[in-house]
Amino acid sequence: MVFDKVKLVSNRFTAIVSAAAVTAAVVGLSVNAVNSQGAVVKVDGSSTVFPITEKIAESSKKAGGANVTVGISGTGGGFKKFCAGDTDISNASRPILKKEMTACQAKGIKYVELPVAFDALTVVVNPGNTWAKNLTTAELKKIWEPTSTIKNWKDVRAGFPNVPLKLYGPGADSGTFDYFTEAINGKSKAIRKDFTASEDDNVLVQGVSKDKGALGYFGYAYYKANKNRVRAVTVNGVAPSEQTVENGTYTPLSRPLFIYVSTNSAKKPEVRKFVEYYIKNAGKTADSVGYVGLPAKAYPVIGKRFSAGKTGTIFGGDEAVGLKIDELLSRELKE
Amino acid sequence: MAQAEFSQSNSQSDYLQQIRASVARRELISKLFGVLGLLVISIATLILIALVAQLFVQGIPRLNWKFFTSFPSSDFNEAGILSAWVGSLLVMLTTMVIAVPLGVAAGIYLEEYAPKNWLAALIEINVTNLAGVPSIVYGLLALGLFSTVLNLGESILTAGLTLALLILPIVIVTTREALRAIPSSLREAAYALGASRWQMIWDHILPYSSGSILTGIIIGLSRAIGETAPLITIGALTYIAFLPPSPIQSQFPFISFEWLTAPFTVLPIQMFNWVSRPQPEFQVNAAAAGVVLILLTLTLNAFAIYLRYRLRKGVKW
Repeated sequence: MVFDKVKLVSNRFTAIVSAAAVTAAVVGLSVNAVNSQGAVVKVDGSSTVFPITEKIAESSKKAGGANVTVGISGTGGGFKKFCAGDTDISNASRPILKKEMTACQAKGIKYVELPVAFDALTVVVNPGNTWAKNLTTAELKKIWEPTSTIKNWKDVRAGFPNVPLKLYGPGADSGTFDYFTEAINGKSKAIRKDFTASEDDNVLVQGVSKDKGALGYFGYAYYKANKNRVRAVTVNGVAPSEQTVENGTYTPLSRPLFIYVSTNSAKKPEVRKFVEYYIKNAGKTADSVGYVGLPAKAYPVIGKRFSAGKTGTIFGGDEAVGLKIDELLSRELKE
Repeated sequence: MAQAEFSQSNSQSDYLQQIRASVARRELISKLFGVLGLLVISIATLILIALVAQLFVQGIPRLNWKFFTSFPSSDFNEAGILSAWVGSLLVMLTTMVIAVPLGVAAGIYLEEYAPKNWLAALIEINVTNLAGVPSIVYGLLALGLFSTVLNLGESILTAGLTLALLILPIVIVTTREALRAIPSSLREAAYALGASRWQMIWDHILPYSSGSILTGIIIGLSRAIGETAPLITIGALTYIAFLPPSPIQSQFPFISFEWLTAPFTVLPIQMFNWVSRPQPEFQVNAAAAGVVLILLTLTLNAFAIYLRYRLRKGVKW
């Protein structure tokens, strides 16, 4: 009886001790093994660029390339990791900013900026809206500027009907928001406060599709997938489409999307191969996921920029609006 | 005389009527409240059932073997949750291995060993408060401590440690409550027979309270499995098309812990990503992933209930 008891205790004791030992071993071994990953290309950054990079990662793997991981920390969060040396490539829906350049410099991280596609911010209304076929940037500014008090369509333009105006737009954490406010209101993040904001563009699509007096804006991909629920208005007389974005007439609401490649990582063969594959396939991939590829002649120029080992950005840390593709390609990269 | 008697009986019946009216009124109020309560709970339940039913109706047709064995993809028909469910399972395993021994030991110490002084009171208040800290705060803490200072990177181990921190207060509090529910006569009886404090805890208190402790652990785990915010903060990925190295190897020493350092994604993150896609077909994938997540949580909870039932059956006092 007593013997049994002792045995029972020692059994349970063994179990606990071994559990503790396993835990210790797990922690100990893994600390040693950290950063001993095989050939993996690490990408993080903008959720807008994510669908393009994801699709290219998928097809490059099928074509025998290395494993690629893609995160969505946002453009800013992505640069934070990129400039700490944690990732090889950063997805960005806007150019790198001055403070991010300094962060990269402090860590000795050099990079090359590669435009990969265009996104067209699309201004949409409800399909039941029969009056607003075209809006000028001045009218958009009148609606969206921080001091705006317009609450009815009749105040937007003489001749518009008396219908309450409801506004929908992305939230302040989004690169789309930054670009739209810069392009329309002249200052990044400057906007009226009383509109329905959501980080999820599907919520915006739903809002505009259910409200006759609604006006909203979001990325072209969301418009393309929901053409039967919302109607795009022309901006300054130009409708958003693959052609108008590519030939540079849909301005100022088309913006370039980038990947930034660390020069240290570009020395690794798997990263180099992936970036070369990316540039070669970016155009058709962008089109298939709802963005607009750059003109076909642009990609060889960008490929050369990468293979020549150039470094830096063409923007010098400033936000820029309405740049045409020729300017993107011809300007010199600066660190 | 007869007159007086009559008036007395009359006033008595008046009085009786008053009482009856008052009782009837109060019973009516009581019934009304019952109806109101039923209404409120049925509204709450109906909304919940409607939401879950919609998720199931939308998601179930998408659930097939291929969905579980495919990696995420930009083609919604090809896309699956293989890396997500494997990631979720491994992160949960790590969380459990870390949080359970720590939490239960801390609970035992605080309840049975710690002297009742201001320090213990301070710790107690802090543990209870920690249970209410928003999960994103744990994510930020983990980003600084585990990823950067301890240089564990964006790995399954970091995620497991983060979620372990998150559920540690829950495990500690439920362990303490489970221990407190054991009658002190049992403790005294053990002492009377010459048991040491440790023998008393190990042979009596722990076995009797293990059902409730397990329930607490599983409730903690089912909270952790749905967490997204802290994992996004520490750098869980969204697209990953390979699995962590297998824990079981064909060569000596047959067991490998390399998977702990591997990059990962989890089910809620995969679901979140699909929900925010422009193509409506991805919403179906998101619903299907949601169904898997709900079933996983329900299974965990059912397991907790079963364990509690089994373990309590043997305990009588």
